[in-house]
Order: sequence, then C-alpha cells, then structure tokens
Amino acid sequence: MTSARLGARELTLAYDGSPVVSTLDLDIADGSFTVIVGPNACGKSTLLKALARVLRPRSGAVVLDGAEIASYPTKEVARRLGLLPQSPLVPPGIVVEDLVARGRFAHQRLLRQWSAQDADAVSDAMRLTGVTDLADRYVDELSGGQRQRVWLAMVLAQQTSIMLLDEPTTFLDLAHQIDVLDICAELHEGGRTIVAVLHDLNQAARYATNLVVMEAGRIVAQGPPAEILTADLVATVFGVPCLVIPAPATDTPMVVPLHRSHRTAATPAVPANAG
Amino acid sequence: MSARRVTVRAGAWSLRVRPRSVVVSAVLVLAALALALVNLSTGDFPVPFGEVLRSLFGTAGDGTAYVVRELRLPRVLVAMLVGAALGISGGIFQTLTRNPLGSPDFIGLTAGAATGALVVMLLLGGDGLAVAAGALVGCLATFGVIYLLAFRRGAQPVRLVLMGIGVSAMLVAFDTLLIVRARLEEMMEAQLWLIGSITNSTMFEVALIGGALVLLLPLVLRYGRDLDMLSLGDETATAHGIRAERSRLVLAVVSVALAAVATAVSGPIAFVALAAPQLASRLTRSPGAGLGAAAAMGAFLLTVSDWVGRRILPLDLPVGVVTAALGGLYLVWLLAGEWRRGRQLT
Repeated sequence: MTSARLGARELTLAYDGSPVVSTLDLDIADGSFTVIVGPNACGKSTLLKALARVLRPRSGAVVLDGAEIASYPTKEVARRLGLLPQSPLVPPGIVVEDLVARGRFAHQRLLRQWSAQDADAVSDAMRLTGVTDLADRYVDELSGGQRQRVWLAMVLAQQTSIMLLDEPTTFLDLAHQIDVLDICAELHEGGRTIVAVLHDLNQAARYATNLVVMEAGRIVAQGPPAEILTADLVATVFGVPCLVIPAPATDTPMVVPLHRSHRTAATPAVPANAG
Repeated sequence: MSARRVTVRAGAWSLRVRPRSVVVSAVLVLAALALALVNLSTGDFPVPFGEVLRSLFGTAGDGTAYVVRELRLPRVLVAMLVGAALGISGGIFQTLTRNPLGSPDFIGLTAGAATGALVVMLLLGGDGLAVAAGALVGCLATFGVIYLLAFRRGAQPVRLVLMGIGVSAMLVAFDTLLIVRARLEEMMEAQLWLIGSITNSTMFEVALIGGALVLLLPLVLRYGRDLDMLSLGDETATAHGIRAERSRLVLAVVSVALAAVATAVSGPIAFVALAAPQLASRLTRSPGAGLGAAAAMGAFLLTVSDWVGRRILPLDLPVGVVTAALGGLYLVWLLAGEWRRGRQLT
C-alpha cells in the first residue's frame, strides 16, 4: 500500500436533496496521476470539489496529511492543494501575467504582497505551460486552448504538490486536449500528484496511472487502466457495448464502441437498466 | 517584467502597486484639493487663497476664519469624504456582483435609505440627526432583506442584483406614496432631500462620514484583496484559501455601511457610486476594483460637481443634480469612444 496524503473517509455529499455521493472511501496515492471517469451526474465533479474543500460534506470527511481538511486554516490547505474548477470566471480587462500572479494569493500577506519566490513561481509556471509570450495579452481575448494553459499556469503558480483538475479538456479541440494532458503528464513526472476528471475513456486510459470509475455516487472500479478497464465494466457503467483492445502505439487499453449492427451479435448481455 | 507593477519593499514588507494607478489617484486627489481650495475661497464673501490657507491654520482674522472654517470647510470636506465613501462602496459592490450596474444606487440600497429618511421626515416628524439615522437604518434594513431573500446556498451575485432591483422598485413606489400624501411644504422638503445636497453640511456631518471611513478602512484594506480573488468565481477563490461566503458578507456590509452613512449625511447623491469605479478602472487600465483610485475619483467627482453647482450656474444647484448630469455625460462619452475603438472592457 503506497502512502496517500489525500483521501476520503465514508464521504457523503449532497447539494439540497438526496446524496450525490454516498459513504465513499478513496485514497489518492502520492505521486499518482489519478483520473476519475464515469457517466454524467455520477458525482465525479462533486467528489473533486469535496476533495478541494470547495464543497462541505454532509457526512464523513476528506483527510489531508492525516487531519480532516476542514480543520486546517483555509490558506494552509491552499498551499498544499490546488484546484482548477470547470469554468472559472475571467474578470474583464485582466492580462495573463496578472491572472497567473493571483495564483500566489495563498503565499502572500497584506504587508508581504510580493517576494522573490512569488516572481519565480509565476515565471516558472508561465514557462512550463508555454504562456510566457502571452504575458501582456488580455485573457478574455485568448483562444480556449490558450486560456486553459493560462488557468493551468495560475494553479501551477500556487506551487502545491497536489493538483485537482475538473474536466480540464472540456470545450477544447483534440490538439488542445492533448496539449493540456501532456502538460499534466509533465507535471506528474516532475513529482506532483494529479487528480483529474475526464470524459474521454481512451485519454484517461492513456494518461492515468490510477483510474477511478464511478457510477451513481459510488466507486465501482479502481486501479491501473490496463488492469481494470474491460468491456464488461464499460458496458455496465456507461451502458455502451464495446470492445476493449490494446491501443496501437501506446498499448494502453482502448475502448471501441460497437456499431449498432454489431451490438446484438458481439456483446455480452447488457443489463437493461445499465447507466 | 513590464512596468505594469512595481514592488515597494521595506525589510520583510512589500507592497505591490501599479505606477499608473498611483499616478492617476494622486492626480485626482490633487485636483480635488485644488478645487476644494477654490470652493473655500469663492462665494458671496471672496477670500484670497493666502487668507484661506491662513484661516485653515488658524492665523487669519476672526471674520474670515469664520467664513472659511465654519461655513465653507464642512461642505468641502463632506464633498470629498462622501465622494470617497461612495467610490469605495460602488467599487466593492460592482466587483462582488460582477456587474457595473450592481452599485448601491441600483440594487435598492439608496431607495432603502430614502424610505428610512422619508418615514422619519413625513410620518414621525423628525429632522436633522433623526433623518440621518432613519436613512442609515433604512439602508441597512434593506440590505438585510435583500441578502436574506437572495440567500440560497450562499448569496449569489446575480440573485442579489435582481432581488435588489425588485425591492428597489417597491421602495420607490412606497416613497412616492409617502410624498404625495404629505403636506405641500413637507413635500418640498422631502423632495429636496431626495435630490442629494451638501449645502447645509456642518462639522457634525464631517465627523460622521469621516468616522465611518476611518472605522471601515482596516476592513477595506484586509478584505479588498479578497475581492480580486472572488472575481474569479467562488470555487477558484475557495481553492486559493478564501472563505468566499464570509468574505463576501463582510465586503457587502462594509460597502452598505459606507453607502448608508454617505446617504445619511448628504441624501442620495446619484451616480457617484456607479460611475467613480468605472471611470477609475478605465483611467488606471487595471482589472478589478482598484478601491483607492475609485475613492479618489469619487472625491474628485463630488468636488467638481459641487464647484459646478455653485459657480458655473447662476443658482446654487444641489450637488446631486450635477453629479447625475456630469457623471452620466462623461460615462456615455467614454463608453461610446471605447466601443468605437472596438475595445471592450465591460
């Protein structure tokens, strides 16, 4: 068992009515690239929000470094763990460098607003995400792909060893999706723990070291993609009959949904109520 | 690194400032002070600049000192302080609501203050301090109602603005009802108060608005930094270590308190809270609230308006009329120019 700084203990999450996530246990292995997948409304983004302390649990707890996350001063959490929300707001008239610099908030005080470390962290983050040349551009004038790199740079400037990313590739074209995932992989190789919610199973299988599959607020499978991603699992969780074959070039599992005409013949029985 | 920001260091302390914001704010404050000097020196009894300064520092003759210090100084100070308070209040609220129209005049706070004042004036027969107290209570109570009605899993900005507009409409209707039911001379007094005037300011009003500013300044400094983060959305702000709901409530209360005291002191002065932050952020070209520049712009706007109201026109026009006309004109001109050039900040 590897060590895990971040985890959930009997976590139950709800907004107003019935629970979205119920009595869930999860350990985020240190140094892993954990990807959470599951059908829409399965609670994966909700879980990520709770892990980032943005959403307060109805019961149970999120544990960070051995203590309940709610017991830390908020800025202390922000120095250990960063979050890129699904749709952060861009204030009008802000330039890239200023936005990235705001990522240093948790390291600053009223009378210590800018240190040499702040300057280094910002320029490193901008270099790693390739936005140094965009420093003086207005964020609201950037393309979706450029903007997502800028947001990544802001989270990076926070210099946390754990980074949570909520659907970082949504609304991006294929090239920019790969672009963002490659940056994440690079950060992972640099020693960070990455937790991301993704929609594309093949991308998840390619980039994740640990795959967490959720359905209806529970975790139904967890482990290295090659070990857990099977046709049965995809059929049960997503209700999509498919083949899972080793992907050319990477050898990671690749999900191939079956054409309608092949479904009856080639698939194992799919439960009628799946998904 | 470009010169958009400069770090000022003293030992372990460091402040990050934008040279452009500092210069703009300084110019605005100097211009306001210069105009204030003009306002102190001119009037039915002209006083040369030298005499004005001597009066202020206590070495002028009794008559002159009385005119300058007792009659004119309170009005000049109230103009600057109320302007600064409205500038900060508007800057906070517009940033919190992420909406340039989310300023206190639009979301019912001014209407609430007016209702409080009118109730005291017309139903309870109070005047002076009682009216100011009524405005204060009316403004704070209105905010309480709006906040509670808009609260559902946190007070989301859009709900706050919409609820405020709804409540504002009802209050304005009630104000009108109070006025049409009043006797003629009461009606005129009420209407005059509603325009917003600083003509009869005394040192008491100066102390009231000055005290509010001094009292709230530490909170503005402490929580003003949270404003920038809140403008990125609650999730991002929380992820960077801010208690979003608490920060928003503190900031809103500070903003409401400033608007409430300002309105209690001078009546509802139109447009400064709306225009000052907008004009300031365009001049400083900075994102976010820039509360210092907004305060300077507010002080400048109100001082200019007071000067225009007294000097340019043949009659002593209430400052509220001038702020609405001048501020409106300037903002329209600025926005039109911006849109023509294809830049869009808002």
